[in-house]
Amino acid sequence: MSSSTAVEFRRGAQEWVVALAGALDAESLPPIWARARAALSESGGAPLRVDAAKVTYCDGSGIAFLLDLRREALRHGSRITIANLAPRFAELLAQFDRASLDDASEAAPARQPRLTEQVGRAVLQLGADLRRQWRYVRRVMVCLLYELRHPSVVRWKEVLSVAEEMGVNGLPVVTLIAFLMGVVLAYQSAVPMRQYGAELFVANLIGLSMIRELAPLMTTIVLAGRTGAAFAAELGTMKVDEEIDALTTMALDPLRFLVVPRVIATVSMTPLLTIYAALVGLLGGGLVMLTFQIPLITYFKQIVGVVSIGDFTGGLFKSAVFAFLVATVGCGRGLEAQGGPRAVGLAATRAVVSTIVLIVVFDGIFAVVFHLFGF
Amino acid sequence: MAAEPIIQVEHLTVGYAQDGEQTVLLQDVSFQVLRGEVFAILGGSGSGKSTLLKHMIGLLRPIAGRIIIDGDDIVAANRAERRSIMRRFGVMYQMGALFGSMTTLENVRLPLEEFTEFDDEAMDWIARTKLYQVGMSAAAHRMPSELSGGMQKRAAIARAMALDPAIVFLDEPSAGLDPITSAELDRLIVRLARTLGITFVVVTHELPSIFAIADRVILLDPRLRGVVATGTPAQLRDSSDPRVHQFFHREPEEVMP
Repeated sequence: MSSSTAVEFRRGAQEWVVALAGALDAESLPPIWARARAALSESGGAPLRVDAAKVTYCDGSGIAFLLDLRREALRHGSRITIANLAPRFAELLAQFDRASLDDASEAAPARQPRLTEQVGRAVLQLGADLRRQWRYVRRVMVCLLYELRHPSVVRWKEVLSVAEEMGVNGLPVVTLIAFLMGVVLAYQSAVPMRQYGAELFVANLIGLSMIRELAPLMTTIVLAGRTGAAFAAELGTMKVDEEIDALTTMALDPLRFLVVPRVIATVSMTPLLTIYAALVGLLGGGLVMLTFQIPLITYFKQIVGVVSIGDFTGGLFKSAVFAFLVATVGCGRGLEAQGGPRAVGLAATRAVVSTIVLIVVFDGIFAVVFHLFGF
Repeated sequence: MAAEPIIQVEHLTVGYAQDGEQTVLLQDVSFQVLRGEVFAILGGSGSGKSTLLKHMIGLLRPIAGRIIIDGDDIVAANRAERRSIMRRFGVMYQMGALFGSMTTLENVRLPLEEFTEFDDEAMDWIARTKLYQVGMSAAAHRMPSELSGGMQKRAAIARAMALDPAIVFLDEPSAGLDPITSAELDRLIVRLARTLGITFVVVTHELPSIFAIADRVILLDPRLRGVVATGTPAQLRDSSDPRVHQFFHREPEEVMP
């Protein structure tokens, strides 16, 4: 059909003639359209007659083309007539009221705010966000304390299923990361320390850093990506689908119903995962030490000698605090979601980013506090 | 209008497999949709009407049977052929399914960008004529989340019409709309069918809407797993078949105690 489509521009006695022939459809129009526009701007305001006698077919884009010719001609100040269009296509064309089609709202040009304004707004937003988060965390703590004093109201089934999903199903990735971290740490430190004949003290290094610092930190960062994002996406979807509103109108507090079980599950599982990660990490380091002719038993005795119970409990305490951050912030970001699928994606991203930032900040605070108290 | 069939459904059996067990929803269903008509697929909840629609638009594969759309069998088609058949029809999904990250105009423009060679200005203009046809010119630059339910559906119809398809499928156009908006949408469908010659296939269970728009309807019944009746809405309303009568006169399944 499109092969026979043609357009011709002729200068007639008093007017320009645009002769169209063949099928005007999405296949044939693209090359013609641009040429027609160019020819129109050349016509320089002379009257224009579109002769559509030979048009055999005209679909929606054909009608749009004719309308566009009419609009362009009027913009250039030429008079335009569309003649000899077959009645069934003319009827389609007549549907369009020129005035209201041209009136169609143009995009309001977005005002570009100045840099100072942008910075000011961002700071205000950050402040509002922090205040909101603090209010939310306070409410979660109040709910949590209440439920811990009344264990019968806790939704233990939900706690267990969340614990299984985030704890048990999280084991493989935690294993892999902790093991490799132990291996890397051992290799990186053993090579230089060997120059001083101090390979044995690699055990001290791995033991202290794994148990005090790396196991809690890495486990919770993995959790932030795995569990925090999942909480945010799940609760975000529930919010977008009005399930949260349904809970609220059933007089069920979403915080108590959804957030508290997740917080309880995460806070109780994470220290266990941390202990596990520390052991796996130590094992990874131990295997490397074997290649430096240090037997496992010597390695472990060295570790037991240097790591105190304070290091161990300190690490666990940190991991519990980080876990609280992961669960609370993850759920909170989900509950904030507003709008469609994009809001859910945004909630998951913000959950991961803000949790990791908070974990690192709190880790710094812990380092200072532990140092001051000689822990 | 010549009564030439544009969609032929022949001996279609559809169902789904779950846990290794096959459940048949529709058994040996055959019917035709004629060019230029508004054709309604009726049925109660669970009668398989939405599933039938998903098979007709090529999202699901039937257990057996053929679905011929504009001369080509969409069931037997390979991926490339299926895509070329899909370009000949548009679909409006129940909730509009507009892409939330784009404005209304960009939503309508998207198929043009992907499947045609028009330049930017021409695509914008075509998209604007489509929005004009559904009465949505003023909302061209608004995001879908800022539109009411009825407006979202009208915009979705404009998007379905972007490539000037011969057929437009509508899934539950009146779902979630108030009676006035629903009636406006009905009028729009009839106007588009009459002026543009588009064939509409509408899946619905709204009786008022059927009488307002449909030229012909089929009624599906879950107990029969197939078509109970075919005809004009008035014919079905006056049918003596108890199942048709029950549907058209809104009689409940059993009297509540």
